[in-house]
Amino acid sequence: MTFQEIKDHLAQFRVGIAGAGGLGSNCAVALARSGIGTLVLSDFDIIEPANLNRQYYFTNQVGIPKSTALKENIARINPNVTVIAHLEKLDRNNIPVIFNGCDVIVEAFDRDDMKEMLIETVLIMMPGTPVVVGSGLAGWGNSEAIKYRKADDTIYVCGDEQTIAGDDLPPMAPRVGMVANMQANTVIEILMRRSRDYFRL
Amino acid sequence: MRILLNNREEEFNTDILSISEMLELKKFSYKMRIVKVNGRLIPKEMYDSTCIKDGDIVLMLYLMSGG
Repeated sequence: MTFQEIKDHLAQFRVGIAGAGGLGSNCAVALARSGIGTLVLSDFDIIEPANLNRQYYFTNQVGIPKSTALKENIARINPNVTVIAHLEKLDRNNIPVIFNGCDVIVEAFDRDDMKEMLIETVLIMMPGTPVVVGSGLAGWGNSEAIKYRKADDTIYVCGDEQTIAGDDLPPMAPRVGMVANMQANTVIEILMRRSRDYFRL
Repeated sequence: MRILLNNREEEFNTDILSISEMLELKKFSYKMRIVKVNGRLIPKEMYDSTCIKDGDIVLMLYLMSGG
């Protein structure tokens, strides 16, 4: 399959990205470069200088909302991608509305309780929608611990499933990027399995 | 009883276990998690009242902060 054929196939799909921090921004950029048709981003946060150690933003974007900045950055990389950027904080009520029609949802939050809330909400309110989870990416080194597994019919997990980010074990660009790109790779794998004449209902 | 826990066979010396008891036995300590039994999501409030028995398929997914 040529890259052109892959791009044409991926252009039919819509992917939701919950959170536009280290996981979300890097995953979104990888998907945009691959030619995904539509990305639905959601993050309520503003870019801070400390985010630049791993998130796909630039110094002149400090102070603006992550969703807005990511939409700009994706437009500069691949203007063919339609980006729908939301600024509200995701919760159990708005997740099914914001991500309605998404073929896959990427869990790209920082906090463990938000990760849990998103997965539960998708399982209950959007059954059948694949969720690609990032869990365990803090620190440096230990590349061999980072893995991918299909946990369930619709749950895919990327990460080391061991490390918890904190002051003494910060999330850093290389491992966060590895997991984010593994999530993007998983999304592509899921979508490439869908048939060519797939139409959204 | 024998169950399939995260696709691996596990044996316990009892016929029935609540989810809370299994978490304790397995020393699973992370607070944020997804638990499914035979494909059904089990909410936290039901960990004491939901029982696991022989042949059940259990999924445990732990969620770690960082992103």
